[in-house]
Amino acid sequence: MSDNLTLVIDGQEISVEQGKTLLEAARENGIDIPTICFHEATTANALCRICVVEVEGMRLLQPACIVKAAANMKVQTRSDKVVRSRKTILEMLASTMDLSDAPEILTMMDEYGASHERFPDAERRESDIKDDNPMYIRDYSKCLLCWRCVQVCADDAQYTYAINFEGRGYESQIGTFFDKTIPETTCVMCGQCVGVCPTGALKPKRQFLLEQGKTPSEISVMNTGRKQRKPR
Amino acid sequence: MIKPDHITTSTCPYCGVGCTLQLHVRDDFIYKVTSPFDSPVNHGNLCVKGRFGYDFVYHPKRVTTPLVRRYLLEGKPKPEGREQVYAISSDGKPIPDSQISNLWDWVETDWDTALNFVADSLVRIYRRDGSDAMAVYCCAKATNEDNYLLQKMYRALFRTNNVDHCTRLCHAGSVVALQQAIGSSAMSNTASQVIMNDVFIVTGSNTSENHPIIALQMKEAVMKHGAKMIVVDPRRIDLVDMAEMWLALKPGTNVPVFSAMAHVIVKENLVNWEFVKNRTEGFDEFLESLEKFTPEYAEEISGVPAEDIRKAARMYARAKNGAIYWGMGISQLSHGTASALALIHLAFLTGHVGRDGTGLNPLRGQNNVQGASDMGSMPFHYPGYMRVDNPENRAKWEKAWNVEEGGLSLKLGLTTTEILSHAHEGGVRALFIMGENPMMSEPNLNETRRHMQELEFLVSQDVFINESGAFADVFLPATPFAEKDGTFSNTDRRVQRVRAAHPPRGLARPDWEILCDLAKRIEARLGRTNSAYWDYKHPEEILREMAGVNEDYAGITYERIDKVGLIYPVPDLNHPGTPTLFTESFPRGRGKFHQLDYVPVMEEPDDEYPFILTTGRLLEHWHGGTMTRNSSLNEIYPEARAEIHPADADIHGIKHGDPVRLQSRRGEVVMRATITEKTSVGVVFIPWHFAEAAGNLLTNDALDPQAKIPEFKACAVQVFPARDGDLPNPEVMLDRGRY
Repeated sequence: MSDNLTLVIDGQEISVEQGKTLLEAARENGIDIPTICFHEATTANALCRICVVEVEGMRLLQPACIVKAAANMKVQTRSDKVVRSRKTILEMLASTMDLSDAPEILTMMDEYGASHERFPDAERRESDIKDDNPMYIRDYSKCLLCWRCVQVCADDAQYTYAINFEGRGYESQIGTFFDKTIPETTCVMCGQCVGVCPTGALKPKRQFLLEQGKTPSEISVMNTGRKQRKPR
Repeated sequence: MIKPDHITTSTCPYCGVGCTLQLHVRDDFIYKVTSPFDSPVNHGNLCVKGRFGYDFVYHPKRVTTPLVRRYLLEGKPKPEGREQVYAISSDGKPIPDSQISNLWDWVETDWDTALNFVADSLVRIYRRDGSDAMAVYCCAKATNEDNYLLQKMYRALFRTNNVDHCTRLCHAGSVVALQQAIGSSAMSNTASQVIMNDVFIVTGSNTSENHPIIALQMKEAVMKHGAKMIVVDPRRIDLVDMAEMWLALKPGTNVPVFSAMAHVIVKENLVNWEFVKNRTEGFDEFLESLEKFTPEYAEEISGVPAEDIRKAARMYARAKNGAIYWGMGISQLSHGTASALALIHLAFLTGHVGRDGTGLNPLRGQNNVQGASDMGSMPFHYPGYMRVDNPENRAKWEKAWNVEEGGLSLKLGLTTTEILSHAHEGGVRALFIMGENPMMSEPNLNETRRHMQELEFLVSQDVFINESGAFADVFLPATPFAEKDGTFSNTDRRVQRVRAAHPPRGLARPDWEILCDLAKRIEARLGRTNSAYWDYKHPEEILREMAGVNEDYAGITYERIDKVGLIYPVPDLNHPGTPTLFTESFPRGRGKFHQLDYVPVMEEPDDEYPFILTTGRLLEHWHGGTMTRNSSLNEIYPEARAEIHPADADIHGIKHGDPVRLQSRRGEVVMRATITEKTSVGVVFIPWHFAEAAGNLLTNDALDPQAKIPEFKACAVQVFPARDGDLPNPEVMLDRGRY
């Protein structure tokens, strides 16, 4: 087909449609590139950089989720440089956030031989659990800032714009405008954000309560008769 | 981190969109709901009801034991007067209520006892008063299989067509109009085709709150595909933010506005003549009736500027792919049929029907209102919209149900509203309600209450004792969606699987099992020689029996819809389904133009009742509230609020959050006011989900003469300031930031 182009990934000659990303090209041909912030239902932004690959002739590693395949590209998905970068990214994540609800990332760490103790002095990003509505909780100690929740709340699905980034640099976090509680924001509690969260930072309230040791019958009673009162 | 014991794929029990749910279950408890991102209807997106609103299944007030009144159990005569008795404690157990005669107490019993009381009473009344004394409400929330069995039970055993359900209160106007003009009664295209529209009209539908996932697709069409949206609605609904135009018409003035658009299309020669010539009939007569509907005439009646009507008409007519999506604002009027016909005319004139990305699309309100209608849960039709007064149709179903020749009734049955208004000596004596709640959903509830009290025998088959079940003699505990298998047919005709996530709580049983058990007991008492057949092992056998006669479903099997649902008509086992209808012709042949007149709403505002009241629904709640008010959804929207325009609020000195008393000629309610420009001047909006301030105490029970749908969308009210103490729930005051 005239719309196709040919490139080489890990020594394998591959023909893909024009406009596909390196990640799509690889996955269509059975070559695995790990991803964390990427989700097929949201816009890719190359934030976590775990999908980086080495492209011959390019100075820096390239994020496969957004870089388009081009004719005659020579790509390596598992070069030493790539593997070392991924391992470091994972170790930096493990040093600053709580990965206990992210089994896929923990498996990835094993796979890359990443150590949880590589950066023992790193300041952990910790915050209190935000439990301000009956539907879901927000535990930003487990947030890796993948941006998926913000995107599905905005133009990737819901067009509601209730949450966004707040703070800068190390202080960056997901939050509501003026730090309002969820019921006071434009949030419609669709839970699209909960559906795409990869690390359990956003979690249905009932799952959270079960994990806190509450029994189903205790949880069922909690859902009744309680009224939210606005301080006047 | 907890892991599920299993994940069950099923279909959402709320609105008609039909989203795919994955129920994460641990210890027979759903703790999380997700949706696969490749799901055909919702692409992984859900709304608050679908994702979080399933907890009603575990609500302590759910009743899971059969209940009968003490008078039955003790063999006493029925006490005078039927009382509305909940008498259910917070843990779902009956409690004696000293305020009332203890013969009305609920008593827990076993299935045999409860079903024998039901069978004995129904058969006794049938023997004494005949078929006309029997009536049944089927249920738009229950599965196709449940509905099919219930109408079969009443038609085959009690030989009556007094079978209806809440479609009468919802889209009856649209269904009658579509049948008259086209010969069909469903969406012509699928909702996901909205992204193929370049211009679309949304009218009488607050889609963001009532069909949230379709609203997302509408927003996507505007934001990502360059479509232009025209909103025609008295309220400044959420979609207006993204609309090209908003035509803020006065409630109940659809006919002049849409007829004036037709007028513009004709006068400016924007007509698709080829379509009109080849596919329609009655155009010349229609043209005569259209003469008076000038945009200026429509402006005078509706308040929509004539120039806006012209602009909207041109935009829709010139579109490559135009479509119309509508909701209750069209059908719930005493001229609901005419309103829907006015929309159908627009599609006929422009040829915007019969192709992908066009169409006439009534958005159905409930998970299975389409399916319940398809299953013949209606007084004029057998399953598959086969008229009951046609002897050929009758012969087909007599064969399917082993009924002797000429056994089934040719007489048209009573509609939902008529069933209750016929509840008196010599009329309807026994009513069976499966899952519905007429004491919330009927108009003019004070009148409904009187009718309910007139019934001799009432059975409620439900999950909770709701406002209607509280009047019942026997309560049969059924299972919600999470505890049964079956199918739902969504608003765009997609038949999808419902699967049990865990076994029923307590003694509760799936509706289809209860109905089979009951039918056998009734059949034994009637002593009929042939059984209509009730020995199904699995709901699939029920669907296959129905599909043997109903051609639309002929090619649907559980195996074929295991992963992805099929869009009917599916005429045979290899047919891939039919997303777009009417590509070649309409079921009635040519589309028929009708001559319309403007008829005002039955009750216009006057000095005594100066406001127009219009009612509707909220994102967080669903219809009579049996499910959502017994869910955590109630915590995020716990009270009814009356929306009043700031200009009106100023005149009456009402501030945001103040209690107000709304009074109509039929009743009154007290609730807090929300002062908002979302409603128009002179129009008050209230939701009708809240029993303690039930909107339908106020609404008018005037009916559309053809569809018999009540006029929920417009009546006259007065607004008075009230005191906190008058509120049914004075402590609650919750402001949400959402639209």
